[in-house]
Amino acid sequence: MSAQTLYDKLWNSHVVRQEADGTALIYIDRHLVHEVTSPQAFEGLKLAGRKLWRSASILAVADHNVPTAGRAAGIVDPIARLQVETLDSNCAEFGVNEFRMSDVRQGIVHVIGPEQGATLPGMTVVCGDSHTSTHGAFAALAFGIGTSEVEHVMATQCLLMKKSKAMQVVVEGALGKGVTAKDIALAVIGRIGTAGGTGYAIEFAGSTIRGLSMEGRMTLCNMAIEAGARAGMIAADDTTINYLKGRPFAPQGEVWNKAVAYWRTLHSDDGAQFDAAIKLDAAQIKPQVTWGTSPEMVVAVDGLVPDPAAMGDAVKREGAERALQYMGLKANTPITEIKIDKVFIGSCTNARIEDMRAAAAVAKGKHIAPNVKLAMVVPGSGLVKQQAEREGLDKIFIAAGFEWRDPGCSMCLAMNDDRLSPGERCASTSNRNFEGRQGPGGRTHLVSPEMAAAAAIAGHFVDVSKW
Amino acid sequence: MQKFTVLDGLVMPLDRANVDTDAIIPKQFLKSIKRSGFGPNAFDEWRYLDHGEPGMDNSKRILNPDFVMNQPRYHGAQILLARENFGCGSSREHAPWALEDYGFRVIIAPSFADIFFNNCFKNGLLPIRLAAEQVDALFKAVEAAPGYRLQVDLERQSITAPDGTAYKFEVEAFRKHCLLNGLDDIGLTLQHVGEIRAFEAKHRAAQPWLSA
Ligand code: SF4
Repeated sequence: MSAQTLYDKLWNSHVVRQEADGTALIYIDRHLVHEVTSPQAFEGLKLAGRKLWRSASILAVADHNVPTAGRAAGIVDPIARLQVETLDSNCAEFGVNEFRMSDVRQGIVHVIGPEQGATLPGMTVVCGDSHTSTHGAFAALAFGIGTSEVEHVMATQCLLMKKSKAMQVVVEGALGKGVTAKDIALAVIGRIGTAGGTGYAIEFAGSTIRGLSMEGRMTLCNMAIEAGARAGMIAADDTTINYLKGRPFAPQGEVWNKAVAYWRTLHSDDGAQFDAAIKLDAAQIKPQVTWGTSPEMVVAVDGLVPDPAAMGDAVKREGAERALQYMGLKANTPITEIKIDKVFIGSCTNARIEDMRAAAAVAKGKHIAPNVKLAMVVPGSGLVKQQAEREGLDKIFIAAGFEWRDPGCSMCLAMNDDRLSPGERCASTSNRNFEGRQGPGGRTHLVSPEMAAAAAIAGHFVDVSKW
Repeated sequence: MQKFTVLDGLVMPLDRANVDTDAIIPKQFLKSIKRSGFGPNAFDEWRYLDHGEPGMDNSKRILNPDFVMNQPRYHGAQILLARENFGCGSSREHAPWALEDYGFRVIIAPSFADIFFNNCFKNGLLPIRLAAEQVDALFKAVEAAPGYRLQVDLERQSITAPDGTAYKFEVEAFRKHCLLNGLDDIGLTLQHVGEIRAFEAKHRAAQPWLSA
């Protein structure tokens, strides 16, 4: 057989059947479910009198709507509460494994899947959530689906789809001080645009990627969707295997050895052909900050807010003008002169233990600036929170003036009470800076955890590579 | 699912690139556990001047007169003309639900985000990709002529403008078949139960750790 890409291998090993026009029926190994995109799917099953094909493939958790403070009192918003209760009752009725709000294992769906070992190399992983691309960090084929497809997977364990094209993003060399996987992700999006990966599955490769921890790899694959690619992925190696060993859902004993032998084949073969390829030099990547209302509107922290007048393309220029107006920014302002009101460290992009450690290291022994009204740290799961507390990170944050919250999506999308007020400016470790994403009229700047923590201390953006 | 065959509809232009699903249906409305009723909140933050929350009486809210949807000439539009990367962002199917509930059946743009594009077909909405120049020409034509309509024929994969100009478009054969006949994907897939079972048995024998 000719040389295959990782994507070819994952795809080919899951094709149940294929139509003449290339539409294939793809088998799904793992289905993650949360409260926002599942109620209509469960309802559809009930209306049609259908059953779950394989309930053991599903792991459910409420994350989008859950409060991150005063959790013992339950959810105050009656509509949000009903949605979470609907998930609880659907899971009970259909026999689905769910981590409820009071369970220490509860957290953001894309944090807990890998943390539990429920995401394994070679799997197809889906969830009614676009950031499912995160799980591709484990050499899995993982992508977000809509609610109709959630129902389809529940009823048939399969999805109808066509194969995407394959893109390879190669990053080589050592990252500079204070430069993280988040900065790689933003730099890639800045380079190819938010639609640059549309129609592609992206494989990240190269020495820089091999040098990343699993947490860093997840951050990178998480943002593949912000580049337009439904799936991001990275070959399995020792880092992957060491991370998974001993996790609750991971295989054990003899089966573990067999699994590892298979996982070691999950990489692109030498000479495999990609439909598109780009290369980045790690040494050239600086800490990134977004200035607009799309993740592609991004510059290095030592740069300036761009001038729309200098943009050739009319649609781009208008988009940039509208973004600057929304963001309340003037062209040519140095990024480090932008003052912030709030800081959010959390989300499925950056709420894992390493992110907590990195932010705490910056904040240690310092205090948030007087102009920063709120700086909150929201761990990605109850287990991340526990681990961070064992390491004393909560104390560092609290002493520095940060709030230390309970796990959930929180101000990443502001469905619960954590949100920006109109006009407020936030340094955020999340993944989307769309208009109103963190609250109506709120202004989001996407950055790494180190950059967010440093901005909280300084009150404006600072270059952590010189911190 | 609602069938789609031929539609003769009024066109509404939305002249912005990268319209994301948060803009199409803001997250506060995602708390609903229903599939319908999202239409009055489609483009909520652009459409109303006050902040919308679920359960509000939308007829009492303050409309933004500058937003295209509130201009009387576009009332009753069934075709949405948009710019590149339409529907980017989250996977929420509430976005096509909101557009469909409002009354749209067709969206024309130079490009769409993958998940949104896919979700449209599951809900009787037809997303059509045309070349950027063609979309540009349509924007000019719509703005110049109040009451501008297009005829969209899925069977013939063709859009016809009032002046007789025809635009051909691509659609995958399988999706076209499902949309023309209003077929439910799950029912179709379940015709292959035997094949799925056989695949599953083989797959789990090769990777026994997946059975856990
Ligand atoms: S943390 Fe944000 S991006 Fe991630 S799943 Fe939650 S809402 Fe979506």
